Amino acid sequence: MTAPFRVIVGMEVHLQLRTRTKAFCACRVAYGDEPNTHLCPVCLGLPGALPVLNAEALRLGVRTGLALRCAIAARTKWDRKNYFYPDLPKGYQISQYDKPLCASGFLEIDADDGTTKRVRIRRAHLEEDTGKSFHVAGTKHSRIDLNRCGTPLLEIVSEPDLASADEAARYLEELRKVVAYAGTSDGNMQEGNLRCEPNVNLVYPNGDRTPIVEVKNVNSVSNVARAIRFEVARQDAEYRAHGRTMANTPRSTRGFDDATGETVHQRTKESADDYRYFPEPDLPPLDVDPALVEAERAALPELPRARRTRYVEAFGLSAYDAGVLTADRRVADWYEQALVAGASPKGVANWLTGEVFARLNAESRGIEAVPFPPARLGELTALVEGKTVNAQAGKQVLRTMWESGEAPKDVVARLGLAQVSDPGAVKAACEAAIAAEPNAAAAVRAGKLEAFGRLMGAAMKALKGKGDPAAVKATLTDLLR
Amino acid sequence: MASPLDLPVAELAACVADPRDPLRAADVVDASLRRIAALDGRLHAFLHVDDAGARRAAADLDDRVARGEAVGPLAGVPLAVKDNLAVAGLPLTCASKVLGGYVAPRDATVIARAKAAGAIVVGKTNLDEFAMGSSTENSAFGASRNPYDLARVPGGSSGGSAAAVAAGLVPLALGSETGGSVRQPASLCGIVGHKPTYGRVSRNGLVAFASSLDQVGPFGRSAEDTAALQRVIEGADPLDATSRAFPDGPAAARLAGDLAGLRVGVVEELEVGATGDPEVVAAVERVRAALVARGATLVRLSVPLMKAGIPVYYVVAPAECSSNLARFDGIRYGARVDAPELDALYARSRDAGFGAEVKRRILLGTFALSAGYADAFYKRAMSLRGALREQMTAAFARCDVLVSATSPFPAFRAGEKAGDPLAMYLCDVLTVTANLAGGPAVSVPAGRTRAGLPVGVQLWGPDGSDLGLLALGATLRGATGLAYEAPALAREVP
Repeated sequence: MTAPFRVIVGMEVHLQLRTRTKAFCACRVAYGDEPNTHLCPVCLGLPGALPVLNAEALRLGVRTGLALRCAIAARTKWDRKNYFYPDLPKGYQISQYDKPLCASGFLEIDADDGTTKRVRIRRAHLEEDTGKSFHVAGTKHSRIDLNRCGTPLLEIVSEPDLASADEAARYLEELRKVVAYAGTSDGNMQEGNLRCEPNVNLVYPNGDRTPIVEVKNVNSVSNVARAIRFEVARQDAEYRAHGRTMANTPRSTRGFDDATGETVHQRTKESADDYRYFPEPDLPPLDVDPALVEAERAALPELPRARRTRYVEAFGLSAYDAGVLTADRRVADWYEQALVAGASPKGVANWLTGEVFARLNAESRGIEAVPFPPARLGELTALVEGKTVNAQAGKQVLRTMWESGEAPKDVVARLGLAQVSDPGAVKAACEAAIAAEPNAAAAVRAGKLEAFGRLMGAAMKALKGKGDPAAVKATLTDLLR
Repeated sequence: MASPLDLPVAELAACVADPRDPLRAADVVDASLRRIAALDGRLHAFLHVDDAGARRAAADLDDRVARGEAVGPLAGVPLAVKDNLAVAGLPLTCASKVLGGYVAPRDATVIARAKAAGAIVVGKTNLDEFAMGSSTENSAFGASRNPYDLARVPGGSSGGSAAAVAAGLVPLALGSETGGSVRQPASLCGIVGHKPTYGRVSRNGLVAFASSLDQVGPFGRSAEDTAALQRVIEGADPLDATSRAFPDGPAAARLAGDLAGLRVGVVEELEVGATGDPEVVAAVERVRAALVARGATLVRLSVPLMKAGIPVYYVVAPAECSSNLARFDGIRYGARVDAPELDALYARSRDAGFGAEVKRRILLGTFALSAGYADAFYKRAMSLRGALREQMTAAFARCDVLVSATSPFPAFRAGEKAGDPLAMYLCDVLTVTANLAGGPAVSVPAGRTRAGLPVGVQLWGPDGSDLGLLALGATLRGATGLAYEAPALAREVP
């Protein structure tokens, strides 16, 4: 069955770059502080104040562009985007119009069919953020906080290459990971340092296209997917019921309502907004130093997707585990440091994603909360893989390490957890188990293998839990044959 | 005894700075404030006089001198400041109701530098609202008058500063240029006014009109005084990304040297001809003849794109102004006129706050930048501007300096052009091209008409030759004897 239509999504993302100070003045960038406390004549737009570029904003813009495989412009410039709004004190935003810093890149994601999809990045340009307006319900007044004013942003515009709500969500997840790896942004949607506006429409087999809708107010990855799903259904219904297409209906902007999961009409774009762009006369054109670009290119770390592929191909991890380990650069770095002890990458991955993550999740803490250095987990894995301790005892060792911070071999020695694989001792324990559980032994001999576990348990108990499970199993099998 | 105000600035500052000399900054400032009190009722050069602040600053300076501290080259020199430059703690109105009640929190870079050099700010001077005009009649707080004839305008937009210097109220003043706003009033008031090379003087703290054209410029009675202020205010400023240092080059050295062999450019497009005042034409001819008599040669040339100066200027400047003045929206500045809707609040507040000329330019500029029109207006103007720069570079390959009139006519009567914006715009016909091209130009006194009105001559040099041009101004005075002459009014108060 062929789909009745194709979904087309392009994404505009505003990314706050992680600078200490604002893009064009020396005010601190801070989220959640007392309103209107990080201000100066420049970001307030006082008469006579002039912008001066923060070199760090440029550097982080270049680095992000490189992480998105963009070409970096050798010469770029600044433009003014003019519009009136109370949280825009100058009445214009310093942005880049026709010569963006970064262009023609891509970001790879998992497509819905499981293949790799290259989502093309049309451009990424630097600009300054606005302040925030708060419309207080039930009052006549709006409140304005200008702390955010002048924070450096990179606006990243994708081509309309995303074919579903899920792909859009994966694009955002991947982008968030990439900028976190590159160290250029916190990428936190709740705090608003990554904001996105999906542009959504549908194309039908007969060539009809629904009018493009830009969705605003989506503040989480899951809400992006919800908003797009809602839009897809809404646009399809409008098309089938009223024949609404691009040809007969203007583009519009709709706002997402978290409470209802619906989008609500905000305004119609009868014609393109006229921002009266012109070159910013207060800032000279910017020649981007090729040495800066090369230094940033050299400093760019391995990006999450490449790392994930390497974990699958070189370490033999499952795609799932590789994805979990590479989602956060700090986890992946920790994992690779744990590998130096010589244990198998797969074994270390299992201990990390299993026991260690379970403890961290229970405490709601991150990888930095592990109270011992990564190499210790590698040593523990090596002890288990070398049959010095069995898996059960290994868990006990980990628990002890968590509390005491001791080296795993010291825990094993102190608690006497070394595995028993001496054939005599194992055989004695197995015989004792058969003697103690005659009914189970009879059942196994009669072919009812589900009773075997009872005998295993009894034998391990006789060995105080330290028996080599493989040796115990083999010996019991022999004795019961 | 003559007033210390009438001493050359270097001499005045040297006396104040010398602890053995009886002249104190307090006396100088007092003399200035007394002249202002006596004469400014008729001139209306000042919008705000900072009597207490000036006396306090003078007393501080005298204390430092008494303690034997070194003070700067402008020690104790009273300075008038155009009211579109920020002086910490003083009102900053731009002669507009929109900025009523606004007090500047910080000094403009030029003010900080002037103060550090020992200058004493005595007050803020009148201007055409947001520096838009050529007569200082477009002030929301009343027009200024020309000290040589109170029925006439002092020129503009820095008319208050020019009138204050010409009337002897202060030895030095700061103005600003976008299309001639220092040179033209200097010409109409018989003093020296300099438009620096774009970027030579920081714009930090200058309320922007058209950022790519704006420059702060000094006024003085002589080229030497004017150069003293220019040296103090110029230089790269980390707070203005468009500012930079201009090392003295061979062009400046050439202008500062001997007149023999100086190549004086006579540009066809800067000739006043039949449209201008014959007495202005004659004054320019006299200056050129004096230069030739001392060994200079005249080079006749054409810079065809100068003809496009006024149209290009009246696209670029309003375009930038429409953006620069967007911040005066009633949300944070001036009187807000409340309205049920945000757009109406903006419209009503701006309608109430801005004068007619400012509104006219905002409308012109908004139109010139609008989608569908920007290609025909703004982009075309910018491209012509680039081509004009190239033609100027070519012109300065053939000559060392251009000598022309500053204004096609001497001071006109108040009200004469007030109802005719186009006639007013043509006041700048000889000056706007220097702003568009970026180079330095100075207006120096060139005598008076039979009616006693001052006439100025414009000297325009290659980029960065500012101090050479001012030196040439001094040489020229020596050659012609044409200097500042105090108006009768200035002699009323000692």
